[in-house]
Amino acid sequence: MRIRIKGARVIDPGNMDEKKDIIIQDHLIEAIVDPEYSEISNDTTIIDAEKKIVSPGLIDIHVHLREPGHEYKETIESGLLAAARGGFTAVCAMPNTKPVNDNRQVTKFIINRAKELGLSRVYPTGTITQGALGNALAEIYDMKQAGIVAVTDDGKPVENPNLMRRAMEYCKGLNVPIFVHAEDLSLADGGSMNEGFFATSWGIKGIPNAAESVMVVRDIALCELTGARVHFCHVSTRESVEAIRQAKKRGVPVTCETAPHYFTLTDADVKEYDTNFKMNPPLRSEQDRQAVIQGLMDGTIDLIASDHAPHSVVEKDVEFDMAAFGIVGLETSLSVCLKLVHDGFLTMEDLIQKMAKHPARIIGINNDIKPGAIADLTIIDPEKAYEINVETFKSKSKNSPFSGVRVKGCAFLTMVNGKVIYQNDER
Amino acid sequence: MRFAKKDILDIESLEPHEISMILDTAQGMKEISERPVKKVPTLRGKTIVLFFQEPSTRTRLSFDTAAKRLSADSLSISKSSSSIVKGETLIDTAKNLEAMKPDVIVLRHPSSGAAHLIAKRVNASVINAGDGIHAHPSQALLDMMSVREKKGTIDGLKISIIGDIAHSRVARSDITGFSKMGASVFVCAPGTMIPMGIENLGCTVSPDIETCIDGADVIMMLRIQKERQGSILFPTEREYAMLFGLNKTRLNLAKKDVIVMHPGPMNRGVEISSEVADAECSMILEQVTNGVALRMALFYLVAGGGRHADSH
Repeated sequence: MRIRIKGARVIDPGNMDEKKDIIIQDHLIEAIVDPEYSEISNDTTIIDAEKKIVSPGLIDIHVHLREPGHEYKETIESGLLAAARGGFTAVCAMPNTKPVNDNRQVTKFIINRAKELGLSRVYPTGTITQGALGNALAEIYDMKQAGIVAVTDDGKPVENPNLMRRAMEYCKGLNVPIFVHAEDLSLADGGSMNEGFFATSWGIKGIPNAAESVMVVRDIALCELTGARVHFCHVSTRESVEAIRQAKKRGVPVTCETAPHYFTLTDADVKEYDTNFKMNPPLRSEQDRQAVIQGLMDGTIDLIASDHAPHSVVEKDVEFDMAAFGIVGLETSLSVCLKLVHDGFLTMEDLIQKMAKHPARIIGINNDIKPGAIADLTIIDPEKAYEINVETFKSKSKNSPFSGVRVKGCAFLTMVNGKVIYQNDER
Repeated sequence: MRFAKKDILDIESLEPHEISMILDTAQGMKEISERPVKKVPTLRGKTIVLFFQEPSTRTRLSFDTAAKRLSADSLSISKSSSSIVKGETLIDTAKNLEAMKPDVIVLRHPSSGAAHLIAKRVNASVINAGDGIHAHPSQALLDMMSVREKKGTIDGLKISIIGDIAHSRVARSDITGFSKMGASVFVCAPGTMIPMGIENLGCTVSPDIETCIDGADVIMMLRIQKERQGSILFPTEREYAMLFGLNKTRLNLAKKDVIVMHPGPMNRGVEISSEVADAECSMILEQVTNGVALRMALFYLVAGGGRHADSH
C-alpha cells in the first residue's frame, strides 16, 4: 500500500522548502514528486495536505513517560499517544522512573514496551549516576549497548563537581551526550517559584536565577576541561543564555534547550497558588522570557523540548509548596511554539530546526526527508485556531498552565515508519 | 452597609472600606470583654472550627475566646489530632470538616496559600489565621485597630517595621494594610531578611534602623527567630541587637508620642530591650486585648448578621 501526501509545503531545513508531494511505500519515503506528477498505482491513499506543512518528524528530547513505576501519572502508552497527538514521532524518555533507568533491564523494558505499541519512537536516556543519587557512575556503556541515547540525572543536578567531571570524561569516550539539569540545590533552597516580587507577595519561597546559571557556568567550565558533549536542559534565565552564548563563541561543544513555557509565560502569569504553573526551573521574569526568545533567534538555544512532566491530582491538588514540580507539554508544545512563528520571531524553517532537526542531531539519528529514508513525518496545520482543553488530552495527566488558552496551529498528522499514528482530531 | 466577603484570606483582597468596617465593628465588640458577663448570644448555634496545623498559643486562644464570647460553639483540631498525620491531604480534611457543616473554619497552616486552597472547596467561611510566610490578616487588622485607636487615624502616619521581613506573614499583611489605609511604611532588616521586590508591596526599605525610626509614629518590632541564629541569616543575637534592636536611645529618634508594637512572642534583649517593651509607649498587651475584639468582629461579619444585614 502506498500513501501520497498531497499539496503540502515540504520543509526539511537545509535540504528543501517547496511544494511537493511525498509518496510513501511501506515504511519508507519512496519518492518526492512534483504535485503535477500523476499517480500510476491505484492502491494509493491520498492525504490532502493543502495549506499544510510537512516536516521531518518532530522529536521531543525531554519527556517523562513515568513507566515503570508511576503508571497512575502516565504510561508509555498514554505518553506516546500524547506525543503522537502533539506531532512528535519520537521522544526521549527521562530516566527518573521507579526503578530509575540506571541499568540495561529498565532500558530494555522501555524499548520493548514502546516497540509493542508501535506508536511514536522512544529513545531512552539513562542516569549518569547509580540510582541518580549522585554518588557513583552508572553502567553507561551497558545502557548504551541496550539503547540509551544520552545520560542525565534529570530532576536533580549532579552536585559533586568532581563526579560531574569524571562523568563527562567517561561519556566522552563512549560518545554519549550528557543532558544537564542545571540547578544548585543550596541556592534553590527549597524554593517553589521564581524569586521576585510575586514570590515575595504570596509568601512563596523563591528560586533565584543564579540557582540555574551558576551550574550552567560550572558545567561549561567542566565541558571546556573535558571536551564532552554537554547539553543543558530547560534553560530559563537570561544569565544562562548569555553564558551559553559566550561558551559557544569560544567553541565549547555545548548545546541547550528551552521549553515552550519559558518563552511564553512569566512569574506574573502564575495564577493564585495554581500548581499547574509550578515547574522546575520556575517561570521567570519578563526579562528572562525575552532573553530566551533572543537565544532562540540567534541560535544560542538549539532546540525546544517540552519537559513533559505528568502529575496527578495527588501531587498537584495540594498546598503550593508541597506540590510536585512539572507540567505536561507534549500536546501543547507545537501550538505554543507556533506563536513564535506567527509573531515573527522565528521562521517556520527555524522552528522545524529546533523541533525536529537539532533534536535528531543531538541524539544521533537522521530524520531527513529524502527518497529511501524512513517515513517519520509530521504534518503541521499552522492556521488551525483552537482553545486548549485539557480534557481532550491523551495524556493521563492534565497539569497544564495553558488550559483555556487560545492558540493557532497544531499537528494535523503524525506518521511513524510509514504508518499514520495520529490524524486531526477534535481540539 | 453589608460585608460581602465570604472569607478573610489576606489583606490584599480587602478594600479600604471593608477594612474600616472591620475596625469599626471590632471597636464596638471591645466593650463586651469589659462586662462582668463576657458573653453575647450573637452567634449562638454557629459552629466554628479552629484548625491549627502549626503551633500557636496566642492566636488560637484569641480566636477561641472570641468565638465563646459570641456564644458560638468552637472546636479545635491540631495537626497531631487530625488525619493529616495519617497522610490525608489538606483538601480531603477540609471537605470532611465541611461535611459536619461548620459555619467558619479558622485555618493556621505552614504553607502559603493553604487558606486560599480550602476556601475554594468549602462553603464555610474561611478565616486565615496565618499561612506560611504569606498572610496573617487578623493580626494586621488588630494592629491597625490598635494604631487607629491610639492615633485617631492611620492615614499619613509613618509606620516602621523592623525585623525578619522575609519570613514574616505579619510583615506582609501589615505592609499591605497600613499602606492601603494611607500610612507611609518603612521596613528595615539585615539584607538577608529583606525579600526581593518587597518595596512593590507598598513600603520603603530603609538603609539602617536609625533612618527607619526617625520621625516614626509607630514602630513595629518583629520577632527574630532564635533558631535562625548562627545560620546563614545572621551571626548572633548579640550582633543582631547591636544593629537592629530597639532600645531607649533609638526610640528617642521617633516622634514624642510614638507607640511601639510587637506581634509576640517577644525576645527581650534581642529585637526589643526590656525597658522599651515595658515602657508607657508599648502597646504590646493592648494588641492582645484588641485581638479578641477584632476576631469577634470577623466572626460576626462572616457568620453573623454582618454578611446579610446591617452591621451595628
